[in-house]
Amino acid sequence: MTATHPNTPGLNEGHFQSHYIPNTTDEQAEMLAALGIDSIDRLFADIPEQFRNPALDLPAPLSELEIQKELAGMAAKNRPLGSGPSFLGAGSYDHFIPAIIKPLIIRGEFLTAYTPYQAEASQGTLQVIYEFQTLICNLYGMEVANAGMYDGATSLAEAALMACRVTKREKVALADSISPAYSAVIRTYCQSQDIAVETVDPSSPELGEETACIVLQYPNYFGYIEDLQNLVDAAHAQGALAVVSTDPTAMGMFQTPGHYGADIVTGDGQPLGIPSSYGGPYVGLFATKQEYIRQMPSRLSGRTLDKNGKTGYVLTLQTREQHIRRERATSNICTNEALYALAATIYLAAMGKQGLRQVAELCYHKAHYAAAKISELPGYSLPIDGPFFQEFVVQCPSSPAEINRKLMEQNILGGLDVSDQVTNGMLLCVTEMNSQEDIDALVAALREFK
Amino acid sequence: MQQGGNRQTEKLLLERSVPGRVGVVMPGLDVPAQPLPDTSLLRDELPLPEVSEPEVVQYFTGLSQLNFSIDTHFYPLGSCTMKYNPKINDEVAFAPGFAGIHPMQPVEQSQGALELLYKLQGFLGEITGLSAVGLSTLAGAHGELAGMLMIRAHHLANGDTGRIKVGIPDSAHGTNPASAAMAGFEVVELASDKDGNVDLAALHEIAGPDLAGVMITLPSTLGLFDTNIVEVCRIVHEAGGLVYGDGANMNALLGRVKLGDLGFDVAHLNLHKTFSTPHGGGGPGAGPVCTTSQLAPYLAAPIVTQNGWAYEFSTPEKSIGKLSGFHGNFGVLVRAYTYIRTLGGAGIKSISGNAVLNANYMMNALRGVYHLPYDRTCMHEAVFSADWQKERGSSGLEIAKRLLDYGFHAPTMYFPLIVHEALMIEPTESETKETIDSFVQALIDIDREVTENTELVNNAPHTTPVARLDEAKAARQPDLRWQPEAAD
Repeated sequence: MTATHPNTPGLNEGHFQSHYIPNTTDEQAEMLAALGIDSIDRLFADIPEQFRNPALDLPAPLSELEIQKELAGMAAKNRPLGSGPSFLGAGSYDHFIPAIIKPLIIRGEFLTAYTPYQAEASQGTLQVIYEFQTLICNLYGMEVANAGMYDGATSLAEAALMACRVTKREKVALADSISPAYSAVIRTYCQSQDIAVETVDPSSPELGEETACIVLQYPNYFGYIEDLQNLVDAAHAQGALAVVSTDPTAMGMFQTPGHYGADIVTGDGQPLGIPSSYGGPYVGLFATKQEYIRQMPSRLSGRTLDKNGKTGYVLTLQTREQHIRRERATSNICTNEALYALAATIYLAAMGKQGLRQVAELCYHKAHYAAAKISELPGYSLPIDGPFFQEFVVQCPSSPAEINRKLMEQNILGGLDVSDQVTNGMLLCVTEMNSQEDIDALVAALREFK
Repeated sequence: MQQGGNRQTEKLLLERSVPGRVGVVMPGLDVPAQPLPDTSLLRDELPLPEVSEPEVVQYFTGLSQLNFSIDTHFYPLGSCTMKYNPKINDEVAFAPGFAGIHPMQPVEQSQGALELLYKLQGFLGEITGLSAVGLSTLAGAHGELAGMLMIRAHHLANGDTGRIKVGIPDSAHGTNPASAAMAGFEVVELASDKDGNVDLAALHEIAGPDLAGVMITLPSTLGLFDTNIVEVCRIVHEAGGLVYGDGANMNALLGRVKLGDLGFDVAHLNLHKTFSTPHGGGGPGAGPVCTTSQLAPYLAAPIVTQNGWAYEFSTPEKSIGKLSGFHGNFGVLVRAYTYIRTLGGAGIKSISGNAVLNANYMMNALRGVYHLPYDRTCMHEAVFSADWQKERGSSGLEIAKRLLDYGFHAPTMYFPLIVHEALMIEPTESETKETIDSFVQALIDIDREVTENTELVNNAPHTTPVARLDEAKAARQPDLRWQPEAAD
């Protein structure tokens, strides 16, 4: 099938009337006449002629009707989470998303605005950011939060860099229980800055006087709750900061990292009403103590008054940022993930005090029910002791990759193969999206694979 | 008098909370309750709002209406390419077959997504003439960091440890020097010449054995195509350096010239500018990195490769590493793919043609009313100076604020830094001639107001939800979150 767009013969070679471009050839002619020239190509005369108008090997245009079909075909080759029981987490989580979020975030007034540099024309976005900062502080028990970062991994990497600036030290200690992806991103960010990255055992962390921070995950990558108080205290005893990447859903029931004295708390906001979407876009969460605010990356919305005494919001403390400070900025971050900070804010507003607690408790009880059932199966065990939230590691009787293939034959998406870290280990995640029926189906299937 | 009308937005979520209200009803527990952990691990207070669903919808809808946006207002914010964001792109990105896939699913279960990413890599490689493409970087500045780390890795791999300097034009976005610094380089500012091109004499001065490369925005932030660009690339290459391209302004060049042909070694694109993905009030964006086969081994991981009939993720041989948690802002990449497929080659070229035509038409209509410090054919945007108006008492800021009263979003102000009282105006290709005509008329009217009623201009805006805000107070006494004790 080929495209049948109107292709009016025009003043210019290859004229194509796209439905996204209003100018017709007549209007183009009128505008060119005002400029005293006869072709659009003349406007590009500054481009060296030998390089101008190169061959462009792109497919022919498609109508919306055709593109819908093509993309529906591509989408059909994927197996989405909702199409069967799914137990995959490891940094991206399948949680309930209230129906109100999508229609609100795709309102053109939010979706098609940009960074609120003109405060008077952007009060909606600025007030949302202020709400977001407030709710993230309350969620994490911290004093100040920014407008968001790219994702959980980059938030954590920027937190490590910030800890180096605050302490004027050049070594970061990563607990060996943080996400391998987070660890990799931290190493990429640190590679050019003369910052040494080392790995420590969170059960007995050895930190020195050169250590800028310890980097922890709460719950850790495997889903377990570490002795945060002890780890924060160990960092502080060496004059280092405690940086804690924290699952926001766990904050529905577990103690806040702020309670333990964490200095910088980051997280991925994806669990707060944002679809998995193959890994992005998400939003990075970032909170710290008031005393470190000048070293914080990314935007901040502040409440102030207008000249008539009316409350309003503006971007503030911008001298930290690249558009003012250039190479001496706290970070190069500019565009972040404002739309998904909005989604997270709507989610926290709708779930509220009761809803988030209910979500956390549903995840907790269902995960523990699943873990108990699986640990009773012959050949399966739980190799890690300790409290966990919604994820846990199961030691399988055979290769987790093989078991996952067999589970998919029953349309069950199993957990993540972590056999590189735990022998025959599978990292399973159970959330409020998994019914008892789903969990029992998983258990029954696993029973068959010895 | 008690007023109805628009939903009120003054009260914040925690101020409008009423104990007992809920915004969502969750299902009950369908498994037997399990033992809870030690209570010392659990929190007591969860200070989140208690509001009902209608209140949430009405509050956020009300807030949205305080914004200017492309869908509601002409938004000629220079260097941001505020073009129409097609609705089909959103619909596709939210389809369950895309929005519902988990990033760690085995690749057999996501071949459709991988095929899309693979083809998008190809499209962007073709458009830039830099055929090796990585999609994992999440914004323009993130792509810049990746590109500069690649340049660093390339020099180090050649044992070339002394290349510590990066030349950046004085007209560049702040992200350029910030990204170069994050990648461990020393930034050297490059002067622009009288025509707004990179000053070749200044470039010669820094083109030595310690030059790692230069970061060039093309067209420049002055909205001009640098007529020295081929020579710039030659000088840098001759000195052993590499040329980074900031693709923020690619909307002007689509189908007209390829960065790779001109001599660029590595560049990022802003999909949220050139490729119409919505800006979302400040993101999400996406900043894919396009490069030559020489630098391809250094691309950030992962990239998508084809293995027989199947697509898979792979890590380039000498990769600088991972820069994001998963594979990139997939939902944004889906939108850009949809946009490119919809337009095809002819449509892509029509974008740059109409964007540049609209900008020149607008510039021509305002010539003589506002000062044009670089009066030559512009690309997708034109940079004016409000110097003439300032002499009569109104600055660029005041003119920008006054435009809000006319129902137009303001241009980018005070940038680039090398133009006094800069007003950087980018109409984009998706605006009608009528809109541009009325915008031009508004700027002509404001110019007259500067003479006849300076105070009216200098106290603008008058019609927005709030008047001019006290930014000094916001910075001096930072109030960055709502707290009960701070309430009235």
